[in-house]
Amino acid sequence: MKNSNSHTISIMVVNKPGVLMRVGQVFSRRGFNIDSLVVSSGFDSKYARMTISAQSFCGDLSQIKKQLSKLVDVMHCIEHDNTNSITKELALIKVACDVTNRTEILQIVEHFDSKTVGLNKKSVIIEVTGNSDKIDAMLVLLEDYKVIELVRTGKVLMARGGEET
Amino acid sequence: MNGAEALIKCLEMQGVEYIFGYSGGAAIPIFDALITTNTKIKLIQVRHEQGATHMADGYARATGKPGVVLVTSGPGATNTITGLITAQMDSVPIIVLCGQTISPMLGKDAFQEADVFGISLPAVKHSYLVSETTDIPRIVHESFLVASTGRPGPVLIDLPKDITSAEAEFDLSPELDLPGYTFPKNGDSDTIKKIAKALSKARKPLLLVGHGVVLSKADELITKLAERLNCPVVSTLLGKGAFPENHNLALGMLGMHGTGYANKAVYECDLIFSLGSRWDDRIAGNLEEFCKDAVKIHLDIDASEEGKLLQPDIFCHGDASLVIEELIGYCNKLDIDPWVKKCAKFKKDFPLKYEQSPDKLTMQEVLDEFNTLTEGQAIVSTDVGQHQMFAAQFMNSSRGFNWLSSGGAGTMGFGFPAAIGAALGRPEEIVIAVCGDGGFQMTMCELATAALYKLPVKILVLNNSYLGMVRQWQELFFDNRLSGVDMEGNPDFVKFAECYEHSKGFRITKPSEVKKVLSEALAYNDGPCVIEAVVAKTDNVYPMIPSGAGYDKMLLEAPTEKLDKPTGST
Repeated sequence: MKNSNSHTISIMVVNKPGVLMRVGQVFSRRGFNIDSLVVSSGFDSKYARMTISAQSFCGDLSQIKKQLSKLVDVMHCIEHDNTNSITKELALIKVACDVTNRTEILQIVEHFDSKTVGLNKKSVIIEVTGNSDKIDAMLVLLEDYKVIELVRTGKVLMARGGEET
Repeated sequence: MNGAEALIKCLEMQGVEYIFGYSGGAAIPIFDALITTNTKIKLIQVRHEQGATHMADGYARATGKPGVVLVTSGPGATNTITGLITAQMDSVPIIVLCGQTISPMLGKDAFQEADVFGISLPAVKHSYLVSETTDIPRIVHESFLVASTGRPGPVLIDLPKDITSAEAEFDLSPELDLPGYTFPKNGDSDTIKKIAKALSKARKPLLLVGHGVVLSKADELITKLAERLNCPVVSTLLGKGAFPENHNLALGMLGMHGTGYANKAVYECDLIFSLGSRWDDRIAGNLEEFCKDAVKIHLDIDASEEGKLLQPDIFCHGDASLVIEELIGYCNKLDIDPWVKKCAKFKKDFPLKYEQSPDKLTMQEVLDEFNTLTEGQAIVSTDVGQHQMFAAQFMNSSRGFNWLSSGGAGTMGFGFPAAIGAALGRPEEIVIAVCGDGGFQMTMCELATAALYKLPVKILVLNNSYLGMVRQWQELFFDNRLSGVDMEGNPDFVKFAECYEHSKGFRITKPSEVKKVLSEALAYNDGPCVIEAVVAKTDNVYPMIPSGAGYDKMLLEAPTEKLDKPTGST
């Protein structure tokens, strides 16, 4: 998710079986790798929202967007960048941690405005929310310790102001 | 009423005349409903599911109405995939109904279970796995709408056996639920005015007519537009007939094996206006070189075609009929007499030609004679390969819906079953299937189907005992190392034809027999006939623009020097 060619698109789809496969196929047929994919029911449960980040190695995403819009179950498909949208991601990070380094790790947690959601004698689970760059930066600092497990939700995004997501 | 009966009722409501079907365990309730509903829909009993899909496809291409296929689960359904991709690539509306194992067994490797919904996804415009019996009417009506509107395409409905067997109360005309589905009608008026302005400024304009014009039933309008502008017209393989090929503004097919005069005009034009065509690689060749300095205008019903291969100067999103109709209102006769004269001169200087000698039978001569005898009025379906290109060059189409050929997918085995579909859809017309010896053998089991229903399809098998087009490439680009192209072991096609009741076989071995035998075949209408023409083995198709090359590299005849390996798609 560090790549500068990464694009994020928000797709509103009809909440039906198979729609995820149809959307995924538009990417895979062109050799696009999906970096992150978040799917959840919309405010109206008849619809679902997909937020997809992908790297493109053959130009921009305009062809993909048109192919997605063409799918019968797609309501709309909009590409967003950081300037016109709020982007958030949540990560849970389990770090090996004992009495010798607990204070250092908790300092990092504090610095990134994150919090501990689990703690025992051998490890700590950190919950961090923010844009993906912030999570990446925190992970760099945690490289000095032993990260046991990492789970990221993938990017979710909402257009600013009157724009539609 | 059970689910299967509701299905048949809804097909009746959609005006379905024929179902091309092959039964099996999971489809029994649906075949049963064909009897219990006393439906007027006629079941056409095929011999292989692939044939059923091509028949439905040929029916749709010849009539403009969706063709319907009914097969069973598992292998029955997977045999339809080639037909689905053929229809998908050429934007043809077909509906494929598949029986499926009972819902509780889905995903549990039941007998004859295949994940048909999953397997078919990339080959359909849309698809359904039915989970509620009462959903059947809505899904059927949605399928017909989706298949036949916008850019048409195939729709698959997977029907578990318990769903089709269940009794229920049905609303046979329910509201459709397609909130995400839209398709364009009129184009944007400002864009259409821009097109008119660009045309008015052009000195060497060309109209490029594709399948979209046929599908939109815009053949009369395109003729009106060309005549209003006095603008020459080239056509794609699938656009054949949209503009009458005997019109003095018609330059015929462009592209890899297009006419010399069409390709010369494409190379020289200063504006090219594609209507319902998608700059396919068989047309554009080298995208960087294609009409490099010409203004490019693109009209398409599918927004995702804009800039897919080539960035046009003007893109108009809309239905060809409606856009052309509006455009005509903004257009006047163009002051381009020198260009029109030049195109006429191209026609004179670079005509289609072939070698005629009493000892050598060529595909072109047979096709040319067939065209003369039928006055260019027959419905012609083709297979894929050399015979297809020669048919495109020598069999004229005077109207849309008369030329049925697998363009995008290039499906061998398409031609003959497609002709069966066309013969059922338009029984009053002459239907000719032009096949090679290779392609015909892929689906020739359907001769049983044609014979059973006594369909007077004329199957012309141009037999050179080779996969001719591949052999041509091996000769030109692979030092004539022939690999996997020799059709050694071909059957006696005449004997084969005659082993079915109502079916007849003819053979042509020399030029002097062509007219006589073809006339006899045209006079035989009690069932299908196979006309085997034993043609020269190693003729090549020209003109030819090697794949991926520019139009300046067109070969009008056999090259004298060794050619580089082609750089374009297959």
